[in-house]
Amino acid sequence: MDQLLNDFSPGLFFMQAIILLILIVLMRKFAWKPILESLQTREDGIKNALDSAEKARLEMQNLQADNKKLLNEARAEREAMLKEAREMKDKMIESAKTEAETQANSIIEQAHAAIESEKKAAIAELKSHVAGLSIEIAEKVLREELSDNSKQQKLVDSLIGEATLN
Amino acid sequence: MVATKSIKFIAILVLMMTSVFAFANEGEHDNQHHEGGNKVDTPEEIKEYIAHHLKDSHDFHLYTNNETGTHVSFPLPVIVWTSEGLRTFMSSEFHHDDAGHVIVEKDGVKLTKIHSKIYELEAGADEVVFDDHHHAENAHKVLDFSITKSVFGMLLAGLLMILGFGALAKGYKKGAIPTGFGRALEPLVIYVRDEIARPNIGEKKYRKFMSFLLTVFFFIWILNLLGLTPLGFNVTGQIAVTVCLAIFTVVIYLFSGSKDFWGHTLWMPGVPYILRPILAVIELIGFVLIKPFSLLVRLFANMTAGHFVVMSLIALVITMKEAFGPVASTGVSLALALFISVIEILVAFLQAFIFTMLSSLFIGMAVEEHDHH
Repeated sequence: MDQLLNDFSPGLFFMQAIILLILIVLMRKFAWKPILESLQTREDGIKNALDSAEKARLEMQNLQADNKKLLNEARAEREAMLKEAREMKDKMIESAKTEAETQANSIIEQAHAAIESEKKAAIAELKSHVAGLSIEIAEKVLREELSDNSKQQKLVDSLIGEATLN
Repeated sequence: MVATKSIKFIAILVLMMTSVFAFANEGEHDNQHHEGGNKVDTPEEIKEYIAHHLKDSHDFHLYTNNETGTHVSFPLPVIVWTSEGLRTFMSSEFHHDDAGHVIVEKDGVKLTKIHSKIYELEAGADEVVFDDHHHAENAHKVLDFSITKSVFGMLLAGLLMILGFGALAKGYKKGAIPTGFGRALEPLVIYVRDEIARPNIGEKKYRKFMSFLLTVFFFIWILNLLGLTPLGFNVTGQIAVTVCLAIFTVVIYLFSGSKDFWGHTLWMPGVPYILRPILAVIELIGFVLIKPFSLLVRLFANMTAGHFVVMSLIALVITMKEAFGPVASTGVSLALALFISVIEILVAFLQAFIFTMLSSLFIGMAVEEHDHH
């Protein structure tokens, strides 16, 4: 320790302090400041470049995703349109079918009705015709029958007999 | 026995690889041995030589030829504040004397150098009188602002930093990516920012302290690495230097302390009132004395120890020559010194890292805001 204190040179200490102080100031001005600033700028530049590259990559990715989405959407839309058209077609066919059916039915119905009424008319006509004919026949028969009195009596008797039964 | 055997084995291994170099050394050492004289060849002299190296010195000493007594070195300016005022001269005027024999007279002030410290002789004295403990009796230390070897090292480190990082800073004007040596420096700056400052101080506040942390980190690291070169700097092993660095850290974190920090330090919430003043004293001592002390001693001790170990291992060439002969001792010394030097390269970085790391940790503690109160 004594040796150490003895070796301690205040002059050297002073010179060292001055030199170090001047050196720090000089180095700060001529070396450290420009160096550290340049390093900082460079690092910032690299960082920015990396950041923008990353951003571009993401954008690219987004774009690709968008494209895919758009494509998918278009496909889906086409799909939907086709489906709709198919449905519409089916529906139209269906409705046409039902309409035709009902129309056919109504025509048939009408035909039936017409046939029925024709038939009725025919029957009625037939009936009146038959009635006319029978009356004509009856008249003829009666004329024939009632030409003699016995026969008239007979008829009256049978009619009376029938009337009694009633 | 086992240790000796393994050392011999290592020595033989190394010798195979370095025989040429070893022989060259052998001749040299033989010469020295025959000549004798004031060479560094005994354990005591080695110890003294190492101790001398670990200290700061006033000239930049490269090589001494003891046979001819010539020193290959270049002088550094001495600037001292004496009782008569400022005196400046070149350290060559001391003629490499370090024992107080050479007296330099400057405008009525007599100065001498003893153990790397400059003393001023009291008025009337012509030569230094030593007491029993080899302390100068009639001379006193002066305030020494000399450009010593350590100061020179610091200036060199500072110059390297300004050149290196200044070039890096300028390079950014041409393009966002540095070229050339800047490529090696930039990751270090980013390392300090992202691994030291950000996690410890926090994302919001670290910017303010970056200049200090970066400067200190590279300053310490470069000086530690300079210490590993044969130029023999030992700047970060000077206690004054590490004290100064630690004081910078303390001043910074004490002056940037948040309200929360001072609240917690001086009046700890959630503790019985009677304990709070005691805790305040403990916390204050911790922040003002213990933390900086740990910083300065860790750096100082590690670097001093590193230099000591490397030099001691190099000195094995001399100390083990008796036991193993010149070739083996050179080999062992070379292998071990190389090994430790590699570790020291790691330590050089590690100590700079730890100092910066702890500094930012303490700053982080001081600027932290507690939002749960």
